[in-house]
Amino acid sequence: METFELIILLLDATLRTSTPLILAALAGMFSERSGTINLALEGMMLGGAFAAATVAFYAGNPWVGLLAAIAATIALSLLHGFACITHKGNQVVSGMAINILMSGFTALVGIALFAQGGKTPALDKASRFQPITLPGAEAVKDVPILGPLYFELISGHNILVYIAFLAVPAAWWVMYRTRFGLRLRAVGENPGAVDTAGISVVLMRYRAVVCSGVLVGMSGAYLSTAQGASFLHDMTAGKGYIALAAMVFGKWRPFPALFACLLFGFLDAAATRLQGVVLPGIGEVPVQLVQALPYVLTVILLAGFIGRATPPKALGRAYVKER
Amino acid sequence: MHQMHGAGETGAVQPAIELRGIDKRFGAVHANKEIDLKVEKGTIHGIVGENGAGKSTLMSILYGFYQADAGTIHVDGKLCDIKGSEDAIAVGIGMVHQHFMLVETFSVLENVILGVEGGAVLRDGVDKARVELKRLEREYALDIDPDAIVGDLSVGLQQRVEILKALYRGAEILILDEPTGVLTPQEADHLFRILNTLKEQGKTVVLITHKLREIMAATDNVSVMRQGAMVADRKTAQTSPEELSELMVGRKVLLRLEKGAANPGATVLAVNNLCVDNAQGIHKVKNATFTVRAGEIVGVAGVSGNGQSELLEALGGIRAVCEGSVTLNDQDVTPGKGVDAAELRRRGVAHVPEDRHRMAMVTGFSAKEAAILGYENDPAYQKGPLLDWHAISDATAHMMSEFDVRPDNPDLKAANFSGGNQQKLVLAREIMRDPELLLVGQPTRGVDIGAIEFIHKRIVAMRDAGKAVLLVSVELDEIMSLADRILVMCDGAIIGEVSAAEANERVLGLMMAGVDPNEAKAKAAEGQA
Repeated sequence: METFELIILLLDATLRTSTPLILAALAGMFSERSGTINLALEGMMLGGAFAAATVAFYAGNPWVGLLAAIAATIALSLLHGFACITHKGNQVVSGMAINILMSGFTALVGIALFAQGGKTPALDKASRFQPITLPGAEAVKDVPILGPLYFELISGHNILVYIAFLAVPAAWWVMYRTRFGLRLRAVGENPGAVDTAGISVVLMRYRAVVCSGVLVGMSGAYLSTAQGASFLHDMTAGKGYIALAAMVFGKWRPFPALFACLLFGFLDAAATRLQGVVLPGIGEVPVQLVQALPYVLTVILLAGFIGRATPPKALGRAYVKER
Repeated sequence: MHQMHGAGETGAVQPAIELRGIDKRFGAVHANKEIDLKVEKGTIHGIVGENGAGKSTLMSILYGFYQADAGTIHVDGKLCDIKGSEDAIAVGIGMVHQHFMLVETFSVLENVILGVEGGAVLRDGVDKARVELKRLEREYALDIDPDAIVGDLSVGLQQRVEILKALYRGAEILILDEPTGVLTPQEADHLFRILNTLKEQGKTVVLITHKLREIMAATDNVSVMRQGAMVADRKTAQTSPEELSELMVGRKVLLRLEKGAANPGATVLAVNNLCVDNAQGIHKVKNATFTVRAGEIVGVAGVSGNGQSELLEALGGIRAVCEGSVTLNDQDVTPGKGVDAAELRRRGVAHVPEDRHRMAMVTGFSAKEAAILGYENDPAYQKGPLLDWHAISDATAHMMSEFDVRPDNPDLKAANFSGGNQQKLVLAREIMRDPELLLVGQPTRGVDIGAIEFIHKRIVAMRDAGKAVLLVSVELDEIMSLADRILVMCDGAIIGEVSAAEANERVLGLMMAGVDPNEAKAKAAEGQA
């Protein structure tokens, strides 16, 4: 029974740690499926987290913070689009530039506003997304197996967790069942086909990066106003890159990307649990090693397992009409 | 979508397309000079011209890909302002591009409906599209599985998808840009049957090509372009390939290469059981065995992508072989075992790669730099530890005059020469080393007719000087007119050999599709009887 509880707690933590990854991975998918590499996820997430924490602090309402985060990340997406789509700049360079820019910019504005070394003030309860108890959770709480499963694992998360998990089938539906999705996938594979079909390649790609901005904005808001209670300098700590890795590992598809995010989230959760645990024959595992585990596994998985993943054919290439 | 109804009801039949005074410049290049063109309704209209004559630009303007600087477009007698592809589609113009505009990961159906999905949610439009597609398939005999993934289809079938795409959008006028470049002769024949069916159903077809044989066989009218200008319009029945080629080039051209019988000597190149893998570890060349003797030209025919490129690259020393051996004048030169491209060059193997821009030259170099690539260590080009630019300039000027490279300026950037002149420079570089064996791939790809004639003559001159030549080309005409013996490759294997005398398009076409040589010859004979 104790193991069961441990597993439930571990999975519960997995859901919470994978939420920002899922949102960001879907964001990356929308952008990359349209042909624009989005390394800027990291910086956008940071920007979103900062905007959410700051605005939620002033407004005293997490929803206003969420809207601010989305607005900020859409603006960053448009900046990325302006460089990559309109001016056909190097997409990797533009993405990295945004990451570096946001790392410095959030700290700068944070210090200027709050003088707390780049942190934002701690948010009170009303300014954060609170756990939601799903209907019936209290009632089944004490039922064996089902009770903890529903009460601990499924119920009791904040709204953004549920949004993230619902966003996966929604993204799938948009991508594979709608006109918008068909055109978006086409523009990432062969923009020429889209252009000759009388659809604007540039407009399609802009719409895709805006979708990307909306999703990654939520991911940033989650970090600072749901999971955490304030913005910390460089608080994303590579989550944008891990989300991107999960998306690549998931071969640019929503459901496989979800599982990749859950895997990375699970490793993260397990790392926290493993700290200080004494393994038989090995002794205590050094904290640093445990914390490095998700990153090490990212490298191994990316190097070893996705050799055959085929990215969208036009990924990374600006569309130029050939002469 | 159909805006083309009832053109004839108002009296005289209007031409399907009329272009008046179309003018287009790209920077310094005057691509189209005041072009006038009339295409009659319900005809197949050919447009011929050399590479760079402005055919594709003109058609791209008609399809809204580019905007003309001046001039007007009239479709069915009505003035049209075509600003983008969507406008062209709206007035009933469809285009089959030279490089297919298909999404390879999509199904046929998804490709067809892209841009005309009929609703924000795909399901609404898909069922209707399926029915319409079935109807089009029946009407025009364009059999195809709507759920097949386009990337899995053969090139011929992919082209059919392009045609279906245009018809599905209600095209009354269909433009095809160099449609047969990637097809086997049989596939090309099938395409022309489809085009004839379209014509019978009242559609108008514009066919852009540089192959005069296709113009003569398939079109009703033909217009000739030269250097951006429209120089002639003819009824196909009243013209001849000779006249057309003269109009294209601006002077008389020998279409049939004059060459004497081959006088083969000792074996120069012997290839034994050669296997070559690509980067993914897939066998691209399978157990190739053949010889090339001094004083003969051996041609390798095949549909593009059947292993010819890999074979040529392996023999040139730029791709490792995984099995088999190669000997040059009885000495082992199997690439990979201490033998690389540089070593092969020292031993007298000259290699003109298939892809001029990617492998044969650096387009950012000046002509004289391009002219010594691969031979830059030659003492004749050295002065102490430095390159002797005077000697190099002189050598380049000599090459240019020998091979009629124009303009004959050794300092001009390689990219600024036309395709034909770039190719002549590459050939000059390789041939003037007086090699034992010349490996040459697609010697006239993207080269205009005048230069083709010259290049062919030089290759034959090599042979007559007692050298061995291995020629890889996807142009059957070129293989048949140059080669003394023809090897046919299909799916990496050499299917068989045909002598020049018994070669014809049908036999080669069948063999290229994988039919056994004897069977192919029997079938071809049957077809002629």
